[in-house]
Amino acid sequence: MTLDNRLSGPLDDVAGEAGHTGHPPRMGFFTDTSVCIGCKACEVACKEWNLVPEDGLDLLGMSFDNTGSLGASSWRHVAFIEQAPVAVPDAAPRAVDLPMPSFTRPGDGTGAETRSDFRWLMSSDVCKHCTHAACLDVCPTGALFRTEFGTVVVQQDICNGCGYCVSACPYGVIDRREDDGRAFKCTLCYDRLKGGLEPACAKACPTESIQFGPLDELRERAAARVEQLHGAGVVEARLYGESPDDGVGGAGAFFLLLDEPEVYGLPPDPVVPAKMLPRMWRFAGAAAAAMLTAAAVAFAGKGPR
Amino acid sequence: MTANRPRRRGRSDDGSREAPMVPRADFTSYYGRPVLKAPVWTDDIAYYFFLGGLSAGSSLLAAGADLTNRPALRRGTRVASLASIAAGAVFLIKDLGRPARFHHMLRVAKPTSPMSVGTWVLTAYGPAVGAAAAAELLPRSWRQRRLGRLLDGLARPAGLSAAALAPAVASYTAVLLSQTAVPAWSEAHEALPFVFTGSAMASAGGLAMIVAPVSEAGPARRLAAFGALVELAASRRLETGLGLVGEVFGTGRAHEELSRASTLTAGGLLGALLLGRRSRTAAVVSGAALLAGGWYERLGLLHAGVASTQDPKYVVVPQRERLDARGRAGAADDHLA
Repeated sequence: MTLDNRLSGPLDDVAGEAGHTGHPPRMGFFTDTSVCIGCKACEVACKEWNLVPEDGLDLLGMSFDNTGSLGASSWRHVAFIEQAPVAVPDAAPRAVDLPMPSFTRPGDGTGAETRSDFRWLMSSDVCKHCTHAACLDVCPTGALFRTEFGTVVVQQDICNGCGYCVSACPYGVIDRREDDGRAFKCTLCYDRLKGGLEPACAKACPTESIQFGPLDELRERAAARVEQLHGAGVVEARLYGESPDDGVGGAGAFFLLLDEPEVYGLPPDPVVPAKMLPRMWRFAGAAAAAMLTAAAVAFAGKGPR
Repeated sequence: MTANRPRRRGRSDDGSREAPMVPRADFTSYYGRPVLKAPVWTDDIAYYFFLGGLSAGSSLLAAGADLTNRPALRRGTRVASLASIAAGAVFLIKDLGRPARFHHMLRVAKPTSPMSVGTWVLTAYGPAVGAAAAAELLPRSWRQRRLGRLLDGLARPAGLSAAALAPAVASYTAVLLSQTAVPAWSEAHEALPFVFTGSAMASAGGLAMIVAPVSEAGPARRLAAFGALVELAASRRLETGLGLVGEVFGTGRAHEELSRASTLTAGGLLGALLLGRRSRTAAVVSGAALLAGGWYERLGLLHAGVASTQDPKYVVVPQRERLDARGRAGAADDHLA
């Protein structure tokens, strides 16, 4: 294990690396947005189970999304994107035949010519539980820790609200609850996992858009799903956060998206800040050495006293 | 309102003078909302950065003054060093969401967290500064007592330890800011340590020019001048050397604060070089300008970082370019294969 792999890059056994022995397999989420119907049952189930407080009842004027973004009191966030179909570079015919439970498709009754040129993307966002978690790297109290399931959780009795994790997260997930002072985020229902249950959001999801399970298994399932969608002509289907070669060493919660990540408010190429840490310390070391030298020279000078 | 146009197409055609150097910012976002969370740190953190740097520079001057027999400079800088680090610590703790839990920082020592590294550096630095200053603050009647003699004897080793740690105190804060997802701070990781140490030298030199007589303040003037030059050069690099995100250093509140910082620092630099030797009044005015320059510099850095999280373009555009470049390189490789 090189220092590089400890700060960034692929890491096979995250829980083992954190010191857990005889731990269960790494668990995670695969959120297949192609079957998300935007019901927000995940948001509600999360709030109910985790007793997450209300965080502002606003009408944001953004489609059906009045949650806005993930935050200290929103651990699942369903994004709604209304858009005209994007031009697909390969010029493949656009498929509308998403393999869904057997319902009649909108417009079927009246004929294809009446369908509008429009699509709706819905996606339930969540903490990515990164292989190399920036929040965990920078937490100076040890409040954030890596669980035996490979997930990342804040211990609320330890967090002193320093706010470093908030600035560190490349996905803008974790935030400080202002009236409380501490940082909060998705725990991947650590308590439920301990009890052998699946997380509340996955349990509540009616279309299995949110799938929970061992990460290896989810990756296989996701690869098969992408192949299936590509076969059906949905060439824009792509996985996000699944690759261990990405900037955070792969996410524990990854996604199947139907457009570029930034369309959903996700960073296109997030990188864990610690990747550059040795380089940053080298520059700081040079600046520190210059300061020490300058002070010595200032006193050594033969000039006026 | 925006429901029919959820895909924001941002354009950098605001006529800014950086435009030719910066790629066109055509990008997509989710209703123009930020991707990142804005830092929750308030101006208190900027005050701490300023005071920490001031203390670090003062500790170096105090050690030098001690070794070269400049008693007034030594006394002033030792006391300044303690006062500023103590005030800095107050701001640091005040900025926590749960200030009463500040000691939780001492539960762990974590090399991947610059804040943890800084906590331990300060834990070693604070008492050393305190011991060195205690000797200066001792009432005269105590000096002949056992405690007084002990403190007197401790002052030099304590002061030298503080000076040895001082460059770390002045520079770790740059790594602390850079090891974040905040585009302005992480992109600035090469220049930022020099802004911090340069500014620390300039403000400490400035304060020493105020508290010490002209006859002893030569090293303070030289340190202040060198620090001011480093600060000005490194700070210039933030605006011109960072590509797209350099915009945040040149616009809005951050720009106002940073230009005020440059003006004050440059003025202080000239004053220290030309007049600092001749007149105490000029030394005091130049010193005050350097201090104010350092103060605005830290505020500007903080606010530039916050601004870079508020507009998604600083996150999306560089990452999209990186991704596309990698895609093109991959396609070229496939072609060759």
